[in-house]
Amino acid sequence: MTELSLAIYAAVRIGVIFSAVMTVVAFLPWIERKLIGRFQQRFGPYRVGPHGILQPIADSIKLVFKEDIIPNNADRVLFVLAPTLALITAVMNLAVIPFGPTFELFGISFGAVQVADVNVGILYIFGFASLGVYSLFLAGWSSGNKYSLLGGLRSSAQMFSYELSLGLSVVTVLMAVGDFKLSEIVLSQEGGFWNWWIVSPKWFVIPGLLGFFLLLVSAFAETNRLPFDLPEAETELVAGYHTEYSSMKFAMFFMAEYINMIVASSIVTTLFLGGWHAPLPYEPFVLAPGWMWFAAKVFVLLFLFIWVRATLPRFRYDQLMNFGWKFMLPLALFNIFLAACCLLLADRFAL
Amino acid sequence: MLLHDYIPILILAGLAAAFAIGTVLLSFLIGPRKSGDGKLDPYECGMPPEGDPRERFNVKFFLVAMVFVIFDIEIVFLFLWAVIFQQLGVYGLLEMAVFIGILIMAFAYVWKKGVLEWASRTNSST
Repeated sequence: MTELSLAIYAAVRIGVIFSAVMTVVAFLPWIERKLIGRFQQRFGPYRVGPHGILQPIADSIKLVFKEDIIPNNADRVLFVLAPTLALITAVMNLAVIPFGPTFELFGISFGAVQVADVNVGILYIFGFASLGVYSLFLAGWSSGNKYSLLGGLRSSAQMFSYELSLGLSVVTVLMAVGDFKLSEIVLSQEGGFWNWWIVSPKWFVIPGLLGFFLLLVSAFAETNRLPFDLPEAETELVAGYHTEYSSMKFAMFFMAEYINMIVASSIVTTLFLGGWHAPLPYEPFVLAPGWMWFAAKVFVLLFLFIWVRATLPRFRYDQLMNFGWKFMLPLALFNIFLAACCLLLADRFAL
Repeated sequence: MLLHDYIPILILAGLAAAFAIGTVLLSFLIGPRKSGDGKLDPYECGMPPEGDPRERFNVKFFLVAMVFVIFDIEIVFLFLWAVIFQQLGVYGLLEMAVFIGILIMAFAYVWKKGVLEWASRTNSST
């Protein structure tokens, strides 16, 4: 293929994936508010459109027409750069997620539902996830506000701490697959849920389950969601790193947070829940296209994000750091050895 | 061939940048601008702001960052080891056990020194 046709195909895929994800991002706050409402025995948004479904649109229109304030103390360049960086890094993470297998429409193959299947998949995700820390810290620093600074500091320390267990939890899957490529990781989980890495390391189950748990908890911490939303703990820090932000810059932090939630759910799905594979490799299940299974799993995880938010109270900061360093990190290290032993045993007895 | 994989990522980067910058510009152009007394002061719950906004902060944040760097490098090694783990077998596992063992000793030292204690009595602001 020539480079031009490659670029055109890529542009089509990017267009589809980007618009699909942004649609979900637009309605995720509505879903969240609706669900939180139900959890708290109220209706949630109800006025704008049927069941309040137009609420996100009304909110965003309102935000666009709000005044864009840059406070006196702020470092103007960094203040504008921070939300831009947050959004760009969040969107860039979408590039390597394998949403589905090769997609065909009217006999034309559009390739896999994935922007780019690079061979460093996981490392790419970690790279951009780490860059995301800069945006929070720069936001906190440049605002010229004590609360923002503390929020930014806290969030960077928190994201550092949980990035360790995030990285280590992924190692178990990498050992079993032997490839960084995300499409390879999905393909290695073919044929029923017992081959997914949440169950497998060749059926000793425990390392997979532990790895899944570690990755999920770290993902909650990395996306700054409750019970780990210390950077924006309302009761202590006003709104943390985005205290001084208004108008669309404020909205950009929120968009970035929701995109990060989707990315995190997608990563958990890809690594541990079989990606776009059906749970059972039999007739009624395999008829649904792969991207539908992927979307279904992602939505279950997004529901979990919201459910946990409605259920658990926020950690205290020292509890958060203790949990990350003294529980998650040793457990993740232990899990790697457990998984290694299980894999070697399975290999020895050719299970 | 390898670089072809990155063309879509470049396109997406362009799209992401355009989207982000466009959003910033949109609110900058459309939003109203009204000046008011104290409006551009940093927000401190409505009180006049007090002291230096970029005050000194706890040294523990630096310590955590340093410990993080050590462990992050370890993870980079672990990643590469994990990918060829199946070929290395038991030998690879033992090698890595030695490497991790040394790091765990360092971790135990850091733990014992109280770097990971955030609720110590001597520090009032975290």
